Amino acid sequence: MAEIVSLAEAVERAIHDGDAVAMEGFTHLIPFAAGHEVIRQRRRDLTLIRMTPDLIYDQLIGAGCARKLIFSWGGNPGVGSLHRFRDAVEHAWPTALEIEEHSHAGMANRYVAGASGLPFAVLRGYNGTGLESLNTGHETAPTIKPITCPFTGETLTAVAAIRPDVAVIHAQRSDRSGNVQFWGIAGVQKEAVLASQRSVVTVEEIVDSLDPRPGAVVLPSWTVSYVAQVPGGAHPSYALGYSVRDNDYYVAWDAIARDRDAFSRWLEDRVYVETAGQS
Amino acid sequence: MTSPVSTDPAGPGELMTYTADEMMTVAAARTLRDGMTCFVGIGLPSAAANLARAIHAPGLVLIYESGTIGAKPAELPLSIGDGILAETADAVVSVPEVFNYWLQPGRIDIGFLGAAQIDKFGNINTTVIGGDYANPRVRLPGAGGAPEIAASCREVIVVVRQTTRSFVERVDFVTSVGYGSGPGDRKRLGLTGAGPKKIITDLGVLEPDPVTFEFTVTGLFPGVSAAAAKERTGWDLAVASEPQIIAGPSPAELHALRNLQREHS
Repeated sequence: MAEIVSLAEAVERAIHDGDAVAMEGFTHLIPFAAGHEVIRQRRRDLTLIRMTPDLIYDQLIGAGCARKLIFSWGGNPGVGSLHRFRDAVEHAWPTALEIEEHSHAGMANRYVAGASGLPFAVLRGYNGTGLESLNTGHETAPTIKPITCPFTGETLTAVAAIRPDVAVIHAQRSDRSGNVQFWGIAGVQKEAVLASQRSVVTVEEIVDSLDPRPGAVVLPSWTVSYVAQVPGGAHPSYALGYSVRDNDYYVAWDAIARDRDAFSRWLEDRVYVETAGQS
Repeated sequence: MTSPVSTDPAGPGELMTYTADEMMTVAAARTLRDGMTCFVGIGLPSAAANLARAIHAPGLVLIYESGTIGAKPAELPLSIGDGILAETADAVVSVPEVFNYWLQPGRIDIGFLGAAQIDKFGNINTTVIGGDYANPRVRLPGAGGAPEIAASCREVIVVVRQTTRSFVERVDFVTSVGYGSGPGDRKRLGLTGAGPKKIITDLGVLEPDPVTFEFTVTGLFPGVSAAAAKERTGWDLAVASEPQIIAGPSPAELHALRNLQREHS
């Protein structure tokens, strides 16, 4: 059963230095407030997993929380680069960042394998790309390998399962028992939670009962570790039905992230000064 | 946006001025036909696909990698997951589903992609430029949905501004495969779609040579010379013997495009 706790308590209990953490939400429902709480609690050496690192991981990487990034598209959507991510890869600032990169199809299937309790997933993908050859020649364990279909003999691609220590997501609602409900663009959040050992879910509101909504994903309370009520916890991403994407913020982030000093000031003024639990 | 590059007679007593980016977007939109299904990348491809829907292809089905199928935004989204895409879609599916059930089986007619670098066989790089992979000069966003869009859509169209930096002899990293190193490579690699059929730039249109698969200029925008296209290409660019002169944007096309871009101006 999920425990309903404050955001600070959820992060303190669920996320530890060195953990592999997947904060998911595909453009929609990105758990920014939880990310900021991880920065405030000064977690270190995290392996950050996320299809689209987005601003949330730009912030965590710039704050020095990450040792490694597993991802498939690291840009500021519609705007340009993630400058903190680039600075880490290109100049090891504030610290070196190991990367493991995939395509979206590969990452999505790696989560599906993790959620399914399988060691790998199969897809048609990567053939002829640099990602495939890069991975084969990797010093660490490869996560992309060819596999022969036992029925047809066709050569397909296997990708290794992702099994994070912790998944962190934002949802529209939960009830008082910690059953979680979200709708709109659902991304890979269900798969990320089911693939992980532990999970933290921030919600816009906790309600007495979850009335059914067409197309909504429900994660029963017993699949979730901690629920924290954090209204606006996805900002500058959004929660359909509660807020709209703050596109101006995404545009304005470019100048903040481009400059190490401007970014450091942003961290001091907008993240560290705030009391834990607020966003 | 770039500065105005051209003026064209646009009706009685009226001169319409347009930018090179607008010409490129209009030309890209014209390649899409009503009723097609189209997997759309963000940026220039998204602008072109929405313009086609506004002008001549109201039944064009737009699919974004966020899982929004049949999205009908009235204004251009900034990201592939803006709320307007989910609210106007025929169906919203999860990310594993959009790649596994919808893209992978070859259900989608056109993949519409951008590029940071592209080579003469239409291979695309959006990963790293310069240096080596571990220590790149420029770290780009990476693959996203592009490798499988390039592999599995029935056809691919690439929209990219043409410069010697973007049009290179060999891409620094193959993120998404076009024709590999030439004829036969797609089959050998087991890629199910036909590959890139057009590259649309701010100068004109390139299509693969039917024998060598090398991209060749087959169309030029008004006022653009073949020499200018060659000058802005990092390989010895082939030009068709009589490249088509592509008509400039009509007033209706420009009006519709500017309406879509209202929010971003």
